[in-house]
Amino acid sequence: MDHLEKLEAKSVYILREAYRDFKNLCMLWSIGKDSTVLLWLARKAFFGHVPIPLVHIDTHFKIPEMIQYRDDLARKWHLNMVYGENTEAIRQQLTYQSGKVDRLGCCKNLKTDALKHTLAGDWPRYRMNHATGNYDVDANKEPYTGVIAGVRADEEGSRSKERYFSPRDKENEWDVADQPPEMWNQFKTDFAPGTHLRIHPLLDWTELNIWEYIEKESIPTVSLYYNRGNGKRYRSLGCWPCTSPVDSEASTVQEIIEELRSGKFANIAERSGREQDKADGGGLETLRKDGYM
Amino acid sequence: MKIREQMNIVVVGHVDHGKSTVIGRLLADTGSLPSGKLEQVKVSCERNARPFEYAFLLDALKDEQAQGITIDTARCFFKTKKRDYIIIDAPGHVEFLKNMVSGAARAEAALLVIDAHEGIRENSRRHGYLIAMLGIPQVVVLVNKMDLVKFDQKVFESIATDYGSFLKQLGVSAKEFIPISARDGDNLAFASDKMKWYDGKTVLDHVDAFVKQQDDDAKPFRMPVQDVYKFTEKDDERRIITGTIETGTVAVGDDVTFLPSYKKSKISTIEGFNSPEVKTIGKGHATGFTLANELYLPRGEIMCKSKERHPMVGSRFRANIFWMARAPMIKNKKYKLKIASARVTVRLAEVLSCIDATDLSSIQGRQQIDRHDVAECILETTRAIAFDTIDDIQFTGRFVIVDNYDIAGGGIITHAINENDNAINRQINKRELHWDTGIVTPADRQSVFGHKAKFIVITGAEQSIALAKHLESSLVKSAKNAYFIGPSSLADGLDSDVVNETDNREEMMRRLGELARILTDAGLLFITALGDADTYDLQLLAGLTSPNEFIHVSIGGHEDGASANKIIISEKLNLSAMVVAIIGRLSQQEILLDYAI
Repeated sequence: MDHLEKLEAKSVYILREAYRDFKNLCMLWSIGKDSTVLLWLARKAFFGHVPIPLVHIDTHFKIPEMIQYRDDLARKWHLNMVYGENTEAIRQQLTYQSGKVDRLGCCKNLKTDALKHTLAGDWPRYRMNHATGNYDVDANKEPYTGVIAGVRADEEGSRSKERYFSPRDKENEWDVADQPPEMWNQFKTDFAPGTHLRIHPLLDWTELNIWEYIEKESIPTVSLYYNRGNGKRYRSLGCWPCTSPVDSEASTVQEIIEELRSGKFANIAERSGREQDKADGGGLETLRKDGYM
Repeated sequence: MKIREQMNIVVVGHVDHGKSTVIGRLLADTGSLPSGKLEQVKVSCERNARPFEYAFLLDALKDEQAQGITIDTARCFFKTKKRDYIIIDAPGHVEFLKNMVSGAARAEAALLVIDAHEGIRENSRRHGYLIAMLGIPQVVVLVNKMDLVKFDQKVFESIATDYGSFLKQLGVSAKEFIPISARDGDNLAFASDKMKWYDGKTVLDHVDAFVKQQDDDAKPFRMPVQDVYKFTEKDDERRIITGTIETGTVAVGDDVTFLPSYKKSKISTIEGFNSPEVKTIGKGHATGFTLANELYLPRGEIMCKSKERHPMVGSRFRANIFWMARAPMIKNKKYKLKIASARVTVRLAEVLSCIDATDLSSIQGRQQIDRHDVAECILETTRAIAFDTIDDIQFTGRFVIVDNYDIAGGGIITHAINENDNAINRQINKRELHWDTGIVTPADRQSVFGHKAKFIVITGAEQSIALAKHLESSLVKSAKNAYFIGPSSLADGLDSDVVNETDNREEMMRRLGELARILTDAGLLFITALGDADTYDLQLLAGLTSPNEFIHVSIGGHEDGASANKIIISEKLNLSAMVVAIIGRLSQQEILLDYAI
């Protein structure tokens, strides 16, 4: 087995372990390359099926191609597709774009809070109705107790401290200093009422591995990752006011892989185009402690 | 396109023996630092009037995490021509033992750092012990800070001899002892000119000489059953037994046995998604199989090849445990054991000895296992499990123990021990010793009732409950003392206090067995139906019913599996025909003495 096959086998094992142990399980799908690889790995783990609802947090600032791509794949693969949002903050325009809050405040409103309440089930969830192709309010309000996320350890500092199965307390908080031990493919699968676990099957993958796997498996990815003639492409996807494309001529998966291996991005951090990471000293760790992905 | 090889290496050792300096130096000497970082740290040291140290590099990288640099406290990345490495920086402080264990358990090789000046300390030994228990196959010992002992060969050799013999007691042989001065880079990336007496490899050469663990197909096939999937969407009819293959290989057409249930079948297909069809598959693959016949398989069974050596099956074993939780492990408390894909209730039966990790001396007479202790003990599970000993197959010889939602300890199985001396058998013996029998004997009842007493358990197929009810009805119509009870009737009564507990099956079976002991003592033909009972449930029920008698009626199954206390009837018969068949067999065995059909 080569390194990619080993990564795949471990992720599949983790997905199956999560599916075995959590009744109310969901998988976060940001539409980005990582969580799309995760979705593909779920199809591997469950032999073409995806028996886990996919949850997307719609900030209303996503690049329109992303939502189109999400719904196309949801229909094609017959996904149990659910989205949530912070309706109130969007209505009151409590966003960075409007100037009413700063970048981190905007992330907190539109992502962290929306996610927290969508997972808890106390804000409406919208589920794709495959008969009509529209989204209906989901009758299921049960909190999700297992949340699968496409976090990678190499992305930025706080993520490298994660466990594969990482507990969050009743307030969604993450105690970085006191995490459970993990060994021999045995993970924390028992949890106290009211708490939940975040499950990270991609922890050992690097950005390069993700692209290598996309190429190997021919996984469909959103077109924003590729240069479409203007010498620019997105390396990491987020909300349009806070994410900028990078200068790059790479227009195919192979060219992206080359760029990461030995080309211009070999020594530049992936999230360098993501402004919220720079907003304060430990931006992402601050957000993540509070439940941000 | 070639995927580069990757290897995880853990750096362990006592606090302040120089782990961070070793890592900082390796990053710097392999050119793995972000450009300008080294100069920046040097300038900052000058400004603060403190001597530059390579360990500061790690701290500096930590500060930069928030700005998106992909290096962190727990893992650093570096590359050589040969492959990519992830270095896991394991904390040296005993308080962080569980972090050290989590990091080290992922490693394929370990660098163990000992301070030449301070010598072998408590965590030098404890970490050595854990490396042995975690099964890290390759260890190189770095004797650091040689500059502080004037590069004295004698100091190096005395540490190498002492620590080498310590490791040997643990069954670990160090690949090499390397004298280094990490601060100045001696013998890290470049051979030192201050220690000409050392002619071995540098640390970096040694790291590149570590070998990737080979796919060991020589071991017998083991695949813990992680789950059984039947996704009906899109008319998918496949029933797929899933798991990750831990050792060996298997092929379509192979006969397989599942343990501890001893169920048997044959591999029909090897399943996958977006992958070419294969006829054979081996170690490391997370895969799935369809079988020639439908089996009810609980999760946690181990699939092995019928013709190969099987794992052991039992409920008592000797193990070495290390304990990480604040609350000690105590006797007679219920814990959850997770081994391969099985989860069962376990109790600490005996503490044989605690091992003082600092000098390997054993401490006798302990009643519990405290935090950071390593102990040799006897564990007893409530249900039998399939396992191997650690010397035989690592993966199926390791387990973790969960206490109150958290993994509290880890361990390895060293020996299986006498099966019959388990808690349930001791309880049955005690019960029989104190059983207060009336004046009426079983023979008296038999002559009055016209039949022997029996506990009849019907298993298999969906109609087992319907069959049990028909059998009861037919027997009562002929004036026999027959009585049926279904498991659902017990849920809100006899079992109401345990029905919602996890891993309650053992206790519910125990209560049913005790009920059978009483009702058969009253002379009844006591009938129940358990669609999914396995060999162990049935053995347990038979044991609990004794000295009274038990008979198992299986709907379907191989005829050659029949015996004096097992009746097999064809699933093709209708219910009345099944009843006739059972009653025929009961008459034949003289359980029913004057039955007129």
